[in-house]
Amino acid sequence: MPISRLHEIVAALPYLFETGMTFSLTLTALAAALGLMLGTLLALCRLSKSRLLSLPATLYVNGMRSVPLLLVIFWFYFLAPYIGAWIEHSPTPVQIGAYRSAVITFSLFESAYFCEIMRAGIASISRGQTHAALALGLTARQTMIMVVLPQALRNMTPALLTRVITLFQDTSLVYVLSMTDFFGAANDVASRDGSIVQMYLLAAVVYFAICFTASNFVKSFGTARHAH
Amino acid sequence: MIQIENVSKWYGGFRVLTECNMQVARGEVVVVCGPSGSGKSTLIKTVNGLEAVQQGDIRVDGMHVTGVSTDLRKVRSRTGMVFQSFELFAHLSVLENLCLAQKHVLKRSSDVSEHRAMQLLERVGLAAHRHKYPAALSGGQQQRVAIARALSMDPTVMLFDEPTSALDPEMVNEVLDVMTDLARDGMTMMVVTHEMGFAQRVADRVIFMDGGRILEDCAKSDFFGGGAERGERSRHFLSKILHH
Repeated sequence: MPISRLHEIVAALPYLFETGMTFSLTLTALAAALGLMLGTLLALCRLSKSRLLSLPATLYVNGMRSVPLLLVIFWFYFLAPYIGAWIEHSPTPVQIGAYRSAVITFSLFESAYFCEIMRAGIASISRGQTHAALALGLTARQTMIMVVLPQALRNMTPALLTRVITLFQDTSLVYVLSMTDFFGAANDVASRDGSIVQMYLLAAVVYFAICFTASNFVKSFGTARHAH
Repeated sequence: MIQIENVSKWYGGFRVLTECNMQVARGEVVVVCGPSGSGKSTLIKTVNGLEAVQQGDIRVDGMHVTGVSTDLRKVRSRTGMVFQSFELFAHLSVLENLCLAQKHVLKRSSDVSEHRAMQLLERVGLAAHRHKYPAALSGGQQQRVAIARALSMDPTVMLFDEPTSALDPEMVNEVLDVMTDLARDGMTMMVVTHEMGFAQRVADRVIFMDGGRILEDCAKSDFFGGGAERGERSRHFLSKILHH
C-alpha cells in the first residue's frame, strides 16, 4: 500500500468514527432499548391467556421474523409518510425523515426477536417464584414487574446481548436510506478517494474487532454468572 | 383460624380433593401427612388461594378465601407461606427478599422494613448473611430466610408446604428448630410434612390424607398411640415412614 494511501485513511478516521460510528452506535442503542421494551410487552401479550392479546402479538412476531430486514426498512420508509398522513388526517404524506424512520424500523423489527428471548426468559422462571410472590400479597402485576421480569432479564442477558451484536451489524443496512453510518462513511471515503479495497478492509476489521470483543465479553459474562 | 369446609377440587375431570373438612384453631399446630399424591400440598395451597377450589368454603381469620368478592391479597398478606423449594427471589439479597412485600404490600417505610427484617434474621440466626444472594446460601439457610420472609409480614397464621423435603438430611434440623421455636411462641401453624419426629414433638393434631380425602383428624397422642380405632391405611403409612 503506498504511503499516501495510508495517510488518506488516517485523515478519514475522524469522519469515519465521529460521524459514522457515532451514528451506528446511537442507532444500535436506541433500537435495542426501544426494541427490548416493545419486545417485553409483546412477550407478555404472547403469554397472556387472552386470545385478544396473544393472537395479534403472535402474528406480529412471526410476521416480522419471516421477512428480510431490508424489506422492512424499505417498506417502512416508503409507507410511513402515508401512515402518518392517515393518523394525522393530513391530505399530503407526512415526512418523518430517514433517521426517525430507521430508529422506528429497527425497533419494530428487533422487538420481534427480543420478544422471543424474553418469552423464553419468563418461561424459565418457575411457577414457585410466582406463587411465593403472590403468597406475600403482591399483585399479579407487581409479581411480574418485581419478581419475574428482573430474573428473566438476568437469565437472558447473554442472549439479549448476542442479539444486540447482530443488531449492530445490521445497522449498516441504513446505507440504503442514504444515511451515514460507519459503513456508509467508509463507502463515502472510498468513492471519494478511489480506495474501495482499503476502506472496505478497514470497515471489516473494525466491525470484526468490535463484535469479537463484544461476544467474548458476553461469553465471559455468562460464565462469571454461572460461577457465582 | 382456618376453616376448611366441604372442599373439593378438580383438575379437569380428575378429582384431587374430595369433601375435605378441617380446622386449625388459634395457636394450634396441625400437621398434615400422607403419601405423595394424596393432595396435601394442594390442600394447603387452597388456604391462601394459590389453588382455586370448585366446591366448598375456606375461611382464614374470618375472611372468605373462596368468595368471588374476596380480596385475596388481604388474606395472603396475613398468611405466611413456606415452600418446599424455598422460592427466595434469586435477584434480590436476603435483606431485600425480606423487605419487598413489607414495602409494597404493607407500605412500610424502608427503615421500618429493614428494622423488622433484621429482627427476624437474627431470630433465624442469619443476620450476618443479610447482604448475600440466595445462591450463596445453603438449602437450610435459604429455608430459614424463607421463613423469616414469611414472618416479615407479621402473619396471623403460617403455612408450611413440605419445608424440609428438598433439604439435605444434615440441614433438616436447623429448619425444624426454627419451626419448633415458632410453635412454642404460639404461632398458628398448618404444616405439610413427613417429619414425624417434628409432629410428635410439636403438633397438637395430626391429619392423615390419602387419595384427596382427609381420612383421619386426631390428637397427636391418638395418632401415634396407634389405637384400634385408627385406620388401617394411616397405620400402614406410619409404620413405613417410621421404620425407614
